[in-house]
Amino acid sequence: MDNIAGQNQGSKLAVNITVIILVLLWLLPTIGLFVSSFRDRDQISNSGWWQAPFAVDLNFRARVAADGAREENGTFILEGNVFADPSLSGRFPDATGVVAAYGTRAVDPAEFPAGEVSELRGGGTVVVNRDGSYRIESPEEVTRGPTLYFEARTPPRFTLANYDTVLRADGMDRAFINTLTVTIPATIIPILIAAFAAYALAWMDFPGRGLLIAAVVGLLVVPLQLALVPLLTLHTNIGIGQSFLGIWLAHTGFGLPLAVYLLRNYMVGLPRDIIESAKVDGATDFQIFVRIILPLSFPALASFAIFQFLWTWNDLLVAKVFLPSGAESQVMTVKIADDLLGSRGGDWGILATAAFVSIAVPLVVFFTMQRYLVRGLLAGSVK
Amino acid sequence: MSPVFQGMLTIIIGVGGCVGYFYFSNMLLDKVIFPAKGPNTGRNINRANQVRPWLFLFPAMFALGLYLAYPVVGSFWRSLFDRSGANFIGLGNYIDLFGEGTFRTAVMNNLLWVLFVPAMATFLGLLVAQLTDRLSWGNIAKSLIFMPMAISFVGASLIWKFVYSANPDIGIINSIRDSMGLTVLDPLQVRFWNNFFLMFILVWIQTGFAMVILSAALRGIPEETIEAAIIDGANAFQVFFKIKVPQIMGTIVVVWTTITILVLKVFDIVYTMTGGNFGTHILPSYMMTYMFRDDGRATAVAFVIMLLVLPVMIWNIRQARNEMR
Repeated sequence: MDNIAGQNQGSKLAVNITVIILVLLWLLPTIGLFVSSFRDRDQISNSGWWQAPFAVDLNFRARVAADGAREENGTFILEGNVFADPSLSGRFPDATGVVAAYGTRAVDPAEFPAGEVSELRGGGTVVVNRDGSYRIESPEEVTRGPTLYFEARTPPRFTLANYDTVLRADGMDRAFINTLTVTIPATIIPILIAAFAAYALAWMDFPGRGLLIAAVVGLLVVPLQLALVPLLTLHTNIGIGQSFLGIWLAHTGFGLPLAVYLLRNYMVGLPRDIIESAKVDGATDFQIFVRIILPLSFPALASFAIFQFLWTWNDLLVAKVFLPSGAESQVMTVKIADDLLGSRGGDWGILATAAFVSIAVPLVVFFTMQRYLVRGLLAGSVK
Repeated sequence: MSPVFQGMLTIIIGVGGCVGYFYFSNMLLDKVIFPAKGPNTGRNINRANQVRPWLFLFPAMFALGLYLAYPVVGSFWRSLFDRSGANFIGLGNYIDLFGEGTFRTAVMNNLLWVLFVPAMATFLGLLVAQLTDRLSWGNIAKSLIFMPMAISFVGASLIWKFVYSANPDIGIINSIRDSMGLTVLDPLQVRFWNNFFLMFILVWIQTGFAMVILSAALRGIPEETIEAAIIDGANAFQVFFKIKVPQIMGTIVVVWTTITILVLKVFDIVYTMTGGNFGTHILPSYMMTYMFRDDGRATAVAFVIMLLVLPVMIWNIRQARNEMR
């Protein structure tokens, strides 16, 4: 009840501003990735994503054809428009634009401002105007048209080309399906196994129950790294090797402690009366579990399912070790970390798009199921 | 057979197998082994009820034992052998590791990670939880700060690769430096401090987790204690540090240890951002350099990680046992 003390407007403003800054710090990097994934490769390398809504100056190259030259009073004149170059038709579809500067050498594509006359290296002069029209004057006959470089203002362009490249050429579609293939069985199977065990730990009386619960809590923190070598050896020895079956089993094993712990904590809190009256009415443990406990535990089951889904979807370590490294079984995280970062290291548009493809599904799950996720977190940590 | 089909088959076999196992094992127990009829009805029912918990527990215990308990022993045993696995060399792998400069760097860096990340994430989480508590748009703010929890470490690393990029047209940090007339630099190559830039990625991910739990804990504080303090003339800071924080200390410790354990598992960030170059290795990433090459060394590194986790593990178990009493 802070407001009892009569919080003044100033401190309220300070709180608002602090929270806004923190939220921006948390949100902006992701927005940057999202915006970059829709930008043109040239635009990405010429201006930051925060400038995406604005036009940028990009450098282009136009070849001048020599065959259109005419002779006037002993000088050869070549006229035309740089925007008419067929190789630029993709950028300037109606062959118009604004030239800011031009040059005749590739090393200095914006040497002269538009409209200024400059000397050509082979003799003669050249000028490129703002509207893109150029005029080359030469004392000798022009046999080979020079190449003109110019800097033009290009409007912001947003495209889906990156998505097309990533999904088709880079094989991210395959990786996406592989990730799904790993994730779904690895989410469903541990829930079922854990639910039975959690019921036994919560509602059945047997010697050693406390010890088993302590063991589960202990296993909760065993580092995954320990399991890698012995289990891979085991899988190889029994003939599973590196395969989808292997990774499903591994994820099931690694997810169980949290599943048992979360579900038991939840089931213990269910009302004793319901279970006892069912027993009095002659229901067996199996019936009680299926008809009463499972439906009542739905929130806990959902929250564990979300955890396990996010964990397996986002996992890199287990996938690197338990799946073969070939393209036909790579999941998205492995694809990005091992493949794209190496081969496409400098291609920021592709990287951004690949990353966004891999985080889109978890984000949707997160925002639609946030309620269950929070409930699960609280059940696991605060008692 | 395509993996998708194989996956669907696995779901059917897995789910069907589980349900079938539980159903038929129960039926076997009740109808065949200890039938609830005949001369020993009462005794049979009791016996069946003694066996039943183990039927329910068996699959989970088997999987836990095989996938988590056995590897602790198996890894330690393997770490006592050389690369081929044929020759017993005692603590040879550990001795060699401690002789390596990179390994010592990794241990030191890992200690930094274990100190900095949980502290920073818990602090920021607590700050956000407190600040958003009475805010009209607090839930939206919390939701946005919680969001990175859903993003993979690889995805988060890529997101921050953009922020840290040395190219002023890509990286916002260098863009600001550039516009201020400072030289452009690659943050990930600045020795020592680059560790903190990597740690901040994990802080960015984990702050939401800390915030959600601490926010619930703050709401659970009885209002009378706060009202009493305010009537006694405590200011906002005193209320926070002297009344609220002591009451949620238990939760703060839980959050802290949970993040500590996570820190000791995460290799993805270092692996994706620097590959361990520029003095940024931590133990999990260092272990991966030996994975598939020298199992003896890899398991030795893994066991060192286990030793670091051990205190937290013991504390966790004691905590859980106290709760059950």
